[in-house]
Amino acid sequence: MQTYSYYPGCALERNAAVYHDSLMAVAESLDLTFTEVADWNCCGATEYITIDLIPAYALVGRNLALAAEQNCNGRSLVAPCSACFLNLKKADHYLAQSPELNRKVNQALAAGGLHYEPGSVHVKHLLEIITEDVGFEKVARAVKRPLFGLKIAPYYGCLIVRPVFDGTFDDAEQPTSMDTLMRTIGAEVVDFPAKAQCCGGHMTQISEAVALHLIHQLLKNAVDHGADVIAAICPMCQLNLDAYQDAVNKHYGTNFHIPILYFTQLLGLAFGFGEATMGIGQELVDARPALANIQVKPLKPVKRKRPSKTELPMPPKLQEVRSCLKNE
Amino acid sequence: MPQERIGVYVCHCGSNIAGTVDVEELTAWAGEALRHRGVVVARDYKFMCSSLGQDLIAKDIKEDALTRVVVAACSPHLHEATFRKACADAGMNPYLCELVSIREQVSWVHTDKAAATAKAKAVISGGVERVIHHAPLEPMSVPINPATLVVGGGIAGIQAAMEIADSGFHVYLVEREPSIGGHMAQFDKTFPTLDCAACILTPKMVSIGSHPHITLLTYSEVEQVDGYVGNFNVTVRKKASYVNSDLCTGCSVCEEKCPKSVIDPVFEAGLGYRKAIYRSFPQAVPKFPVIDADNCIYFDTGKCKACEIHCEAGAIDFEQEDQILELNVGNIILATGYDLFDARRETQYGYGRLANVFTSLEFERLTNAAGPTNGNIVLRDGETTPKSVGIIHCVGSRDRKFNNYCSVICCMQSLKFAHLVKERTGAEVFNFYIDMRTAYKEYDEFYQRVLSEGVHFIRGRVAEVTDVSNTPEEEDKLVIQIEDTRIGRQRRIPVDMVILSAALEPRHDSDEVAHQFGISCSVNGWFIEKHPKLDPVATMTEGIYIAGCAQGPKDIPSTVTQGAAAAARVLGRIQQKEMALEPIRAEVTEALCSGCRICNNLCPYTAIVFDEAKEVSVINAALCQGCGTCVAACPSNAISGTQFSNEQVMAQLHGLLMLNIMEPVVS
Ligand SMILES: Cc1cc2nc3c(=O)[nH]c(=O)nc-3n(C[C@H](O)[C@H](O)[C@H](O)COP(=O)(O)OP(=O)(O)OC[C@H]3O[C@@H](n4cnc5c(N)ncnc54)[C@H](O)[C@@H]3O)c2cc1C
Ligand code: SF4
Ligand code: SF4
Repeated sequence: MQTYSYYPGCALERNAAVYHDSLMAVAESLDLTFTEVADWNCCGATEYITIDLIPAYALVGRNLALAAEQNCNGRSLVAPCSACFLNLKKADHYLAQSPELNRKVNQALAAGGLHYEPGSVHVKHLLEIITEDVGFEKVARAVKRPLFGLKIAPYYGCLIVRPVFDGTFDDAEQPTSMDTLMRTIGAEVVDFPAKAQCCGGHMTQISEAVALHLIHQLLKNAVDHGADVIAAICPMCQLNLDAYQDAVNKHYGTNFHIPILYFTQLLGLAFGFGEATMGIGQELVDARPALANIQVKPLKPVKRKRPSKTELPMPPKLQEVRSCLKNE
Repeated sequence: MPQERIGVYVCHCGSNIAGTVDVEELTAWAGEALRHRGVVVARDYKFMCSSLGQDLIAKDIKEDALTRVVVAACSPHLHEATFRKACADAGMNPYLCELVSIREQVSWVHTDKAAATAKAKAVISGGVERVIHHAPLEPMSVPINPATLVVGGGIAGIQAAMEIADSGFHVYLVEREPSIGGHMAQFDKTFPTLDCAACILTPKMVSIGSHPHITLLTYSEVEQVDGYVGNFNVTVRKKASYVNSDLCTGCSVCEEKCPKSVIDPVFEAGLGYRKAIYRSFPQAVPKFPVIDADNCIYFDTGKCKACEIHCEAGAIDFEQEDQILELNVGNIILATGYDLFDARRETQYGYGRLANVFTSLEFERLTNAAGPTNGNIVLRDGETTPKSVGIIHCVGSRDRKFNNYCSVICCMQSLKFAHLVKERTGAEVFNFYIDMRTAYKEYDEFYQRVLSEGVHFIRGRVAEVTDVSNTPEEEDKLVIQIEDTRIGRQRRIPVDMVILSAALEPRHDSDEVAHQFGISCSVNGWFIEKHPKLDPVATMTEGIYIAGCAQGPKDIPSTVTQGAAAAARVLGRIQQKEMALEPIRAEVTEALCSGCRICNNLCPYTAIVFDEAKEVSVINAALCQGCGTCVAACPSNAISGTQFSNEQVMAQLHGLLMLNIMEPVVS
């Protein structure tokens, strides 16, 4: 049994409630317990930091301070939302780097009787704890109904892998941890080169054309590579790709209808939970037709075409990118 | 202790020292304040190292009967030898002269003249206290074995071996691969003249192979090095090649008949295949193939032997075993070259994931008439000629994530590629650079030429190479995303092929090799030279020299220059027949040694061995370089360094703290 402090963030209480619910179900199968940080507040999402640095960091600092205070034995703080995760991680990092920022933020926290010592809370993303702390073997053991035949494009977004702060857990450009996770639950992972590109974030509110362009790129790339479903790890990414598909189709004259599910929903399905329990059907682009592709038996691996006589060999894949980067 | 007669000499070093230190005051002070410690004369002079300066010292030694000399000037690295020699010429034992640094350690690092002068006084005071405890030492003389070991048969090793052997002295050339040639043998053309690499290299390789004074040991590696300058004992493992070179005619029928084809990651840079029995390339020297037992069907299953069946000379010998050879040499040249940066680590450039992203070495094989495509520049499908090619500079170089340094050759190599692509395919070529580094003879002229050939140059660091397309023009292309810093805009440039000009990195095993030969690596992993400007091919270990890319990234002309320079240094040593070794050594006092062996592995020159019978550690005086590591490490105080005894060091500290002046020293 592993216990974590849990920072759900605003989205998981509203539009991403299925993320929260599916996570709680999956957590049980994986022997994970989450203790929600009491009295947490919004992390300020992506905007506040560009408007006024001190209150922005104070907002995040308050959550870190609360987590530190309520955390009796050095548990990691886990955030399932990538924006929350980055804000927490970033604030911790810059508070440690800048004594001046630290002083001002702590001055603000003191007004509420709080104090935060940078570095005292270890912030992790949900994907990180499932792939690294729990590990693929344990996940594999929890699988009851493998997602054979389901073609998944694992979408990481840009916030959990970049910038590379200390301890960033996957490759900054071409992460692979969720690929392995999805394969572990029996799904087929399609090549998805755009996997770490930005979904536009709140650009949908500021400059829709920019956002639509980014969303279009992602949808097209996943569909071009034959994905049935895109797996998301962030409420913002899920919302943008799901809710703006119509707008993209109008704007670009396309006809995308690819469902966007949280990776926890997919884990839950593989662990044997029913579609309703996993909140399937609450997404805007209905996932049920795609999920109907799930097979009882693994598909026969497609035989790779014999390379033509002239074809030049490819370099072997670098499996160890992550461990290499860690050795730097 | 009888009072010594000490002379103190303060150098102005022009204004280098005199600008920051009040040298007159310093000199007057030394003559006065240190008189009770034996200073009988103190002088200052504009350039102590000049012959007039040296004469000053010599004259005083003779006329004033000096028994000790302290020179306050630059670092001992620079002029210790000069002043020791001056003393010796005047009839004093040279080790009774002490050089203290008031330049590197005082004038160059301070600005406050009064404080600098005060510090210089302390430094001189320390030197005086120390020199009192010096003892006359006699240098050791060792004979020089005229044979030389060269490790690495790239162009650096080839040049060095050739120069020495041509002078009539024997060379053992040890090369890890089945053939000599190194990276240069993989190239088609060489910048800036574009002469064919094989045409200029293979004649040299052939001469090496047939030279009466060269023993060529390919498919071999050094296992152990013992001994010291003049007299190294080297153990070499010659790997079993399973081909009897006395019988093999080099006909290559075996290669043709061998049914097992594998990707060749070394010579073909992974872009082509070789057989399980192979020569690296047809002009290989020596001409004999080797069997790669890991991939041979016979070694795996016990069946096949196709090579043996077809070999008319009966040269295949599956029973052959590794051979261990013992060599005696006087000097060693390390010319182990470089490894190419693993471009897969720059994940944003897609090497290993995107088929049409190539490394520079792959491209060299692609353009090579003897390469896997017979010199046709084509995409990974082996057929399609690219219509547009992007060449990215500085991949893995000048990058805090990987290597801070510039790899020196990649700008020129990228220009060479641009030219070759243009010439052979007429494709549009884009070079993406941070800045162009085309120093050296005729290099910038080559850049001008390539510019005039219509190659596009875009300044900036490429952000990404992607197959995620934005527009119909980008479909099925590799898109290079870059901030063009000359127009201040983001650009996306679709191309068919991308070439990554990857960094030159130290050999993956450079640390182990350095340790084996008792030399050091820089933070970046390159072998460290004795002096970066004035002694670039020697190392801190006597008798070990370095040449070529093993010392740092460089082009072929500089590599050859270093190979020749290292050879000249070795030849100089050989001509001396014997050489004097610095008598500055560590010594174990047997009675104090507890036999704990802590010092045994600490010695960077592997000079300490354990005498099992006496159960004490013993230092080989010829190997010891007097670094003092073991002296500091010994928990029993059993090791003392001549010229670095506890007494000497404590006396110097005493002097530095001016305790000799504040209170009379009891000695
Ligand atoms: C793509 C590319 C293109 C280039 N084009 C040019 C060009 O056009 N013109 C130019 O001037 N320069 C060019 N260069 C630079 C050139 O490759 C080097 O200057 C030159 O090859 C260095 O030679 P070297 O002998 O020092 O090293 P290497 O060529 O690396 O040779 C070292 C040799 O030592 C052997 N070795 C290594 N370790 C051991 C060991 N422990 N024991 C025994 N043997 C060992 C290796 O097998 C190898 O044979 C290019 C470089 C690259 C990467
Ligand atoms: S025995 Fe080995 S080397 Fe000889 S032909 Fe067969 S596979 Fe090739
Ligand atoms: S460290 Fe000292 S006591 Fe131990 S073996 Fe070496 S010399 Fe002897």
